Order: sequence, then structure tokens, then C-alpha cells
Amino acid sequence: MIRLQGVVKRYGKFEAVKGIDLHVKRGELFAFLGPNGAGKTTTMRMIAGILAPTSGQIEVGGVDIVANPMLAKAKLGFIPDRPFVYDKLTGAEFLRFTAALYGQDGPEIEARMDELLTLFELAPWKHELTESYSHGMRQKLIISSAFVHRPDVIVVDEPMVGLDPKSARLLKTLFRRFVDRGGTILMSTHTLEIVEGFCDRIGIIRHGELAACGSLAELREQASSDGAALEELFLRLTGEHVEHDLDAVLG
Amino acid sequence: MPSLADQGQPQPSLLALSSPKWRSALARVRTGRNGSGSRSVLLGVAGFLFLAAAFGISYRIVTYFKGVPEIGPLLAGKLLAMAFLAFGGILLLSNLVAALSTFFLAKDLDMLVAAPLDWGRFYLMKLGETVIHSSWMVALLAAPLLAAYGIAWGGGIFFPIIAAAALIPFFVIPGVIGAAVTLLLVNIFPARRARDLLGLVTLLAAGGLVVFLRFLQPEQLARPEGFESLVDFIAVLRSPSHPLLPSEWASAMLMNWLTRVGDPLPVVLLWTTAAAFVVLGAALHRRLFMSGFARAQEGADSNIRGARWDWVARRVMRGVPPMRREFILKDLRVFFRDSTQWSQLILLGVLVVVYLFNIKALPLFTGEEVPVFLMTLIVFLNQGLAGFVIAAVAARFIFPSISLEGRQMWLLRSSPLDPRAMLRSKYVVGMLPLVILALGLTVTTNVMLRASSFMMAVSVATVLGYTLAVGGLALGIGTLYPQYDTENAAQIPTSFGGLVFMLLAIALLGAIIVLEALPVTDHLRAARAGGPAGLGPQGIAAFTGVALLMLVAGIVPVRMAAKRLATLEV
Repeated sequence: MIRLQGVVKRYGKFEAVKGIDLHVKRGELFAFLGPNGAGKTTTMRMIAGILAPTSGQIEVGGVDIVANPMLAKAKLGFIPDRPFVYDKLTGAEFLRFTAALYGQDGPEIEARMDELLTLFELAPWKHELTESYSHGMRQKLIISSAFVHRPDVIVVDEPMVGLDPKSARLLKTLFRRFVDRGGTILMSTHTLEIVEGFCDRIGIIRHGELAACGSLAELREQASSDGAALEELFLRLTGEHVEHDLDAVLG
Repeated sequence: MPSLADQGQPQPSLLALSSPKWRSALARVRTGRNGSGSRSVLLGVAGFLFLAAAFGISYRIVTYFKGVPEIGPLLAGKLLAMAFLAFGGILLLSNLVAALSTFFLAKDLDMLVAAPLDWGRFYLMKLGETVIHSSWMVALLAAPLLAAYGIAWGGGIFFPIIAAAALIPFFVIPGVIGAAVTLLLVNIFPARRARDLLGLVTLLAAGGLVVFLRFLQPEQLARPEGFESLVDFIAVLRSPSHPLLPSEWASAMLMNWLTRVGDPLPVVLLWTTAAAFVVLGAALHRRLFMSGFARAQEGADSNIRGARWDWVARRVMRGVPPMRREFILKDLRVFFRDSTQWSQLILLGVLVVVYLFNIKALPLFTGEEVPVFLMTLIVFLNQGLAGFVIAAVAARFIFPSISLEGRQMWLLRSSPLDPRAMLRSKYVVGMLPLVILALGLTVTTNVMLRASSFMMAVSVATVLGYTLAVGGLALGIGTLYPQYDTENAAQIPTSFGGLVFMLLAIALLGAIIVLEALPVTDHLRAARAGGPAGLGPQGIAAFTGVALLMLVAGIVPVRMAAKRLATLEV
């Protein structure tokens, strides 16, 4: 469903993504892990069509996102890491507008909106301006907007930030059901317990390169560390395993 | 309660406290974040030309007034007082808005309020920030005027110091008033509601100020014959507009220096009032700031306005494809719900009233017959003036439209929305009211000026074509020079891109007027000779040239904008 071939992204002389190859299959939940500034968000934004790759090819549902952006984007729902919505629209108006961007409207969409707003417990605030929403409510509204047009692929950057435990659990169930029904999800997160036991495969990005890729078991094998927890594994694979003199810092 | 400084808590100096602000400003200058070399050159040249023109005009007026026998100093003093009155009004309004931002909405407030910072230092730092933000533009405007006074009256090398000594307390007083009024307002309304309220009050007051100053008819100072007697005229000149206004003290202080009058009263009044205001403002701040700041953290506006209009608009646009319809509806909703956007309509109203007043005030129909040539010339130049107004309105309403998508661009770019459809929607929403305004203004003023049917046709066609072109130009340049981080729509036209747009719009207007001058002169000659007033081949060529120019100016920037949007990275 999502295919990346030799994808490179440069900002001037700085190379943020250095030739990533990746294939996320239909019905798969794939997670990107990596330290801050590793190139995760840049890669996700290229897949969502917000950034253009400097070189390489990105396909969503078999359609090249650069050559045929409209068709590729129609298959996709994107959830960014920061929930910026139109402050002066109500929750319902925002969802209706998002559906219209995908060419959808009418009673079916109205029913779909109600379904999603009820699922995320936003129905009581449906007709209130989003500027009065909390961070978590905005995040839930954006997640609803990514599902409103029934996409085949969801690309989601840090989905759990700002969500309460109940909503986080709901989202995990929703994601799992979505992939079980043939959808594809590519997500990035720093919450290791979400990745552990929830995602089908994991890709670890470091300095713009895919340092490791596979199931948790495969990653343990690659790191030659049987039974190690994901946190330990992550630190080993990203080379972030550095002891600091905390006593000195804390005085 | 003793202050934190009294309790032995070490406090940073004001310089250190404000270092993030001035260091950021220095870094921006150093790294050229505000633009490339060519951008800086263009800004520099435009700024220099503006200042030079302002100085030239001021110097001419001041030397003219100085040359009037007997009442020269009175005239010059009155003019300076009027200028300071206008500056005072502008300062008061801008300080109100700036104080709300710096004291209650700024991003550094959480950090500063959480720090063990003495309230006095906090107040002085934020007051300084407010005064600098609000006053730099007025200082820039005042510089050429004061330079003209200094040179014309031989103010000497110490005049800049005297001018600074007059301006500093003159800037501080409205700063303290702005901060105090904001403090009281925020304690009554939550900050976000207060911002809406302030925006509205400020715009209404600004509109009122413009109308007030215009209706004062300052041009009458140069026409003493309009007064019943010379005694009346001198009486008006001698009386200050209000003896308790700081603008009077500041202008009196400067005129005393220039005319060698040794009166310390204005200096004492200015400085003691400023000092007393700072002390009183600080006391008010100490008492009310924390409760106001706590209220400012409270809710945003959740009310929605215009539900009935929304329903009507949906019915009217039933047949329009969903993507285009919802985009237009979204733009309309956001516009009418955002007070920083819709309240600019008030300024537009003021602009139209002043414009019509100016046309009505022209001394054309006072009994004597005005030559046809002069009337035609005025009607012809009026279309240029209308064009300028249209360009200014397009800068306010169409130019910011893509920038305002800023933070939501992730949604638009990740969806299958065609950038051209987005631009079309923005164009339609912006153009409809602009065309109505342009035609209304042109037809009304032409009727007031009793324009001939030929000139009416030329004006209407030109203004309509220019409006359509300038709308495309505003949209295109606004996309090519976006301000995605700016939340306040009113600030976007004052950016570098706004300057580029206005320069191009004026250049287009100039080219159109030059091209059309030929057929209009031909028409006048033919009318004077009593011959047929048709268009010759030269006239047809000129009008074709104008049409082509408008087409290019309207279409090319939009095409460039569509290309830019298609490859936009956010």
C-alpha cells in the first residue's frame, strides 16, 4: 500500500532523509521509531504529499504521490503531530469541510460525522467553535477528520499526544480494527509500550536512514539481544545508550 | 507587601530581562531572516523615498507658513499641534492593542509569571515593550516633519535632543494609558473577548479619528479668506485645541525652542505627567495584573454568529460542487467570525466616507462655470484615485487570504484539493464585494462630478477591468510572499509582500492612466472642435493595450501562485 524507493530529502546542504526504502503492506500497522530529529516527521510528510522528496519515489495504493498527487491523496488520511484546525469553525463544520475536500457531502457524510463525533465523545461540542476545544479534543477532531472520507491508508504522526487513557485505548482499538479490515497504517511514536505488542512491524530511523526494520522478534535478532525490552533494543539500535552523570546535574 | 527585591531575591536588570527580545531582533538583522539582499534594497529604497517625500512636503508647508507675515509662528505652531494631536490619537489606539498582546497574550508570559520576578520590573519591561511596539512607526512619521521644522526654523544641533526629550514622555503617556485600560478590560472580560472588544473599539475610534481630522479641514489654515475676519482666524490660531493635552505640551515645547521662548512649563508638564502616570500605572498593575492574567487563561469564544446567513448561503450554493461550495462557505464563516478580519470593514466604510467627502469638498460647483477640460481632467484623475482605493482594499482583504490558511495548510496539502480550485474560491469570495465597491464608488463620484457619458463609460470600464486585475495580482503576490505564521489578518498587508503588491498595483494604475490619456485627450479635442467624438486607431490601440496589460497583471501572478501552491512545503 505504501512504497518508498530511495527517498531522499535535502534542505539546502542538510540531508534529512537519506535514501529510505520501505514497503508497508495492505492490512499492516507499521510504526516508525527514532530519536528526535531522525527524519520520521519529514518522511511521513513526504508520504502525505506535504513535502516533496528531493529524489526517489513514493507510492500510495500503487499511485505515485508526485506524479499523480490528487489520486494518491484521495486514498489517504493524514493526522499531523500538532492539531491545528480552523479556530472559527465548529467541530461539525470542520468535518464537513474536510469531507468536501475529498469531494464528499450529503446525508451519508452527515451520518458519518455524527458517528465519529459520538465515538470520540465530541458530540456535545459539535456546534461549538474549535477555539474553545482543549488540546485533546482538537486531536480527536483531527483523528475523526482523517477517517471521515473512509481512506485506505492512514499516516499518523504521534497519535497519542494529548489523549486521555480512555481515548488512547479507543484509538488503539480503532487502528487495529481498521487494519484488520484491510486498511494500512503508518505511524510514528515515541511511546514504546504502544509499539510493543500493538504494531506488526517497526522501522527504526536514525540520522535519516532506516537503521533497522522488522517485527519485534526480528529486531531482537538484528540487535542480538534475546528477550530485551523494546526500550533497551531501541537505545541499542539507535546508539543512544549513553550514561549521564545525573548526580552532577542534580547537584 | 514588600517586593521580591526588598526580600533579598536577586533580580535581573531590565536589559537582561528584555535580552530575548533585542537579541532576537539583532539576530534577525544579522541573519537576514527578513529577506534577501534585493529585498532589503527594495525596502530601503521605498523607505528612503517615503521619508524624502514626507520631508519635502513638510518642509514646503513649514517654510510657506513661516513666510506668512505676523502670524507665521502661530500658523506653524498650530500645524505642529494638529500633527501631535493626530500622533497622540494613533499612539493611544496602537498602545491599547499592543498592551493586550504584551501583557496578556504573549508567549513569554507563562515563563515570566512563573519566575520569581519582581512586579515592578515586570511592569517596566512590558511597558517598555508596549511603548516601543506602538511608537516606532509614529517616530518614523514624526522624524521628517520635525526635521523640516528644525531646518526651516534654524533649530540648531541641539534640536534633535530637544525633539527626543519631547517625544519620550509623549510616547510613554499613551503607553501607560493603553496598559491601564487593557488591565481594566481584561479584569472585566476574558482576554480573548477583550481582544475582540478592543479590536472593535480601536477600529471605531480610528475611523472616528480619521473622519474627525478630515472634517477639521486643516486646509483652511492655508485659506484665511474662509473666516469672517482676521481676528477670528488669529483667535483660532492662538487657542490650543485643549490646554490639558500632552500633544499641546509637546508641540509648545518644540515651538518654544524654535522661536526662542524661555517657558519651562510645557517641559515640566510633559515629564512630571509621564512620571506620575508610570507610578500610577505600576500601582494599578500591582493590584490588578494577577487577577487579569488568571482571567486571560480562561475560555475562548465558543459562540457562533450568523447561523441564519449560513443556512441561506448553503441554500443559494446548493448546485455548486461540494469542494468549491464548502471552501467558499468556510472562507465566509471564518471572515465574519474573526473580529480582526470583519472589523476592517469599518475602516473601509471610513475610507469611502472620507473619499466622498473629499470629492464633495472640491470647489467646482460654486456658481462659476468650470471649463470642460478641467472637469474631464478631474473625472479622469478620479478613476486613478478610485483605483488606488481599490488596490488598498484588495491589500486588506484579498492579499492575506492564502496566508490565513497558514497553520491549516497541512490539511489542504494532504487532501486532493486542486490548488487552482483553492485560488478560484479565494478570488470569487474577495472579488464580489470589491467589484461592488469599485463600481459604486466610480459611478457615485462621476455623478457628483457630472461626468460626460464618454468619461462615465471609460471610467466604469477601466475601474472594472483594473479591479479584476488587481484582485488577481493581490491573490498571486499574497501567495508568492506568504505570512503563514501571522495570526492577525490586519498585519499581513504591512509585510514585504504587501509592499511589493502595492508597488505593482500603483505601477499598473500609472501605466493605465498614461495609456488612456491619449484617447481621452483626442476625445476632448474633438468635442472642443465640435466634431464626432469617436475613437481613432490610436485610441483603439491604447484601450487594447490597457486591456492586455490588465489581463497579464491579473492572470500571470495567479498562475505563478498556483504553481507555487502545487509545490508548497509546509
